[in-house]
Amino acid sequence: MVNPVTHNLKKYFRGEINYTTCPGCGNGIVAQAILWAIDDSGIDFDNYAFVSGIGCSGWIPSPAFNTDVLHVTHGRAIAFATGLKLAAPNMKIIVTAGDGDTSAIGGNHFIHACRRNIDLTMICVNNQIYGMTGGQIAPTTPYLSKTTTTPYGSVERPFDLSKIAIAAGATFVARWTTFQARQLRKTIAKAILHPGFSFVEIISQCPVQYGKVLKKRNDAVAMLMDYKERSINLKKARELQKSELKDKIIVGEFVEERNVPELTQEINRLREEALQKCQR
Amino acid sequence: MEKNKKIRNADFLQGNIACAEGAIMAGCNFFAGYPITPASEIAHHLSKRMFEVGGTFIQTEDEIAAIANVLGASWGGAKAMTATSGPGISLMLENIGLGVVTETPCVIVNVQRGSPSTGSPSIHMQGDMLQSKFGSQGDYQIIALAPSSSQEMFDLTIEAFNLSEQFRTPVFILSDSLIGHMRERVELPNKEELALFERRRLKSYQGINQKIFLDEKVALMPVFGNGLKANVTGSTHKEDGFRNVSDPKILDNEIKVLSNKILKHKKEIIRIEEVNLEDADVAIFSYGLSSRAVLKSIEVARKERIKVGSFRPITIWPFPDEEIKKLSNRVKTIIVCENNLGQLLPFVKAAACENCQVIFLPPKTLGTLYHTMEIIEKIKEVV
Repeated sequence: MVNPVTHNLKKYFRGEINYTTCPGCGNGIVAQAILWAIDDSGIDFDNYAFVSGIGCSGWIPSPAFNTDVLHVTHGRAIAFATGLKLAAPNMKIIVTAGDGDTSAIGGNHFIHACRRNIDLTMICVNNQIYGMTGGQIAPTTPYLSKTTTTPYGSVERPFDLSKIAIAAGATFVARWTTFQARQLRKTIAKAILHPGFSFVEIISQCPVQYGKVLKKRNDAVAMLMDYKERSINLKKARELQKSELKDKIIVGEFVEERNVPELTQEINRLREEALQKCQR
Repeated sequence: MEKNKKIRNADFLQGNIACAEGAIMAGCNFFAGYPITPASEIAHHLSKRMFEVGGTFIQTEDEIAAIANVLGASWGGAKAMTATSGPGISLMLENIGLGVVTETPCVIVNVQRGSPSTGSPSIHMQGDMLQSKFGSQGDYQIIALAPSSSQEMFDLTIEAFNLSEQFRTPVFILSDSLIGHMRERVELPNKEELALFERRRLKSYQGINQKIFLDEKVALMPVFGNGLKANVTGSTHKEDGFRNVSDPKILDNEIKVLSNKILKHKKEIIRIEEVNLEDADVAIFSYGLSSRAVLKSIEVARKERIKVGSFRPITIWPFPDEEIKKLSNRVKTIIVCENNLGQLLPFVKAAACENCQVIFLPPKTLGTLYHTMEIIEKIKEVV
């Protein structure tokens, strides 16, 4: 007699777990990190809502997570989430988006959410490529990469998404790779509780499309080992020269700023002030 | 307007302000928008008023974000609105399509301006009549109302909220820069006397295959934050919200049910105004501000005993084709007056051409009001 074992996270799924991602995709690690963090938070799953856009990462919560899920247009997840948060400020709202969603088509919404410091948790799955549409170059793909739309090698410099978030004023910014699954879980748990806009960038393997670019096609393990090799903690990185950091992935929690006014609270203040004026 | 109606409260309001106050009266508690002439006064006014009624105002980074905020807020339980002009609508259209397929109530005000692209921001035109219906990709139906005065900017904004809640769909107000900017007397009703349609919400979670979409009689909306585990997507989906993008039957069902949700309720939705049509040989089809010049022309022509009347659709979409067909059986000629190159003309022709002739009369100069003489001359020519 075998005792059936139910995974601790199964309770968060809408029916059977049926992901459509490719073998070796980083989405599974990210989904687990998010759900473990939610499990750690002690907040009822019904109080969470997920908003996602178009791209592979959009499928992390949609339709799998068994709570309110809004799956919207390409690049606009943050903008939808902003409206939702303003209308339902007590909800914990998590946005999952890819690097293209975040920094190409949705770049404007991204920087403005950072600036507004609205209490959303943004999980950006950065696989450095357009996966779903067939391996085209993304704003995060390294210089000289040969992709399906850069057969001669890319001539554009990539974005550093965490740096953009910091520059735009996000009050919680962190980056890990999918190799650091445990650190990721802890960071997401912190991000969820952070009272303001939190940006968690996850460098995640796409063995099918980006693996091809790296000549590690369909080899998720090789990509993860590569992340392990190249990751360097923020504190260590501070002691190194710029040349020594070439090709390194700096990981860790870059920014955690409290006491910055948060948008829904600010709007609440405006309501109270307007009401007082009316009563006078 | 009923003459004996007791005036509760009246004010001298700019069209755009009347629209904003109508929204407040309808219970709107969320506004997102981006500055644009000639719609900005709505945002100016609501940036103050929203907070006074405990609502939210946000000026977004662009119009794409404005409509996204509005749809997100609607799922959060708000009665939400945005206001812009043609260029802003062009940016919003992809998300308006998402609003249609996810059956998200909201109101979108288009204070139209002249010409494609940047155009002439303060010249009025009726140039976006088709954009509102056909602008987003795929087959869909939309509800659009065309006010012709400050009073209707107020009244129809309330009606737009009611229709959007009743049919769980985005509703357009198709105004223009002159209606938006002119000031007229507006009678304001008491809120207690208004019939406001309250959102029909799903009360409790019904299980994984709960029917929360695609009902011609309008499914109950699972507003977020109530433990209803709403599964909402812009992808082709079934009644329970689960996507299926491989089976054409699911696609067929989604498109047809969403379309029928509006078309099968045309009688409830469509409002037209008929003036002097009882004995008319000639009817003039016009809407919005154009109809003000048409009504004046008819008044003058009637004094000369010319049998002419006005047919004014207040509801532009769904198009009142059955009403026009009935009209075409009664009159010999329909003159179509609209301030564009004939955007609704083909729809009038399609409904009327079997029974009467249809003639198009644009204003001599696009972007200007019709001169009553232009219309009277045409009426005499036809008679």
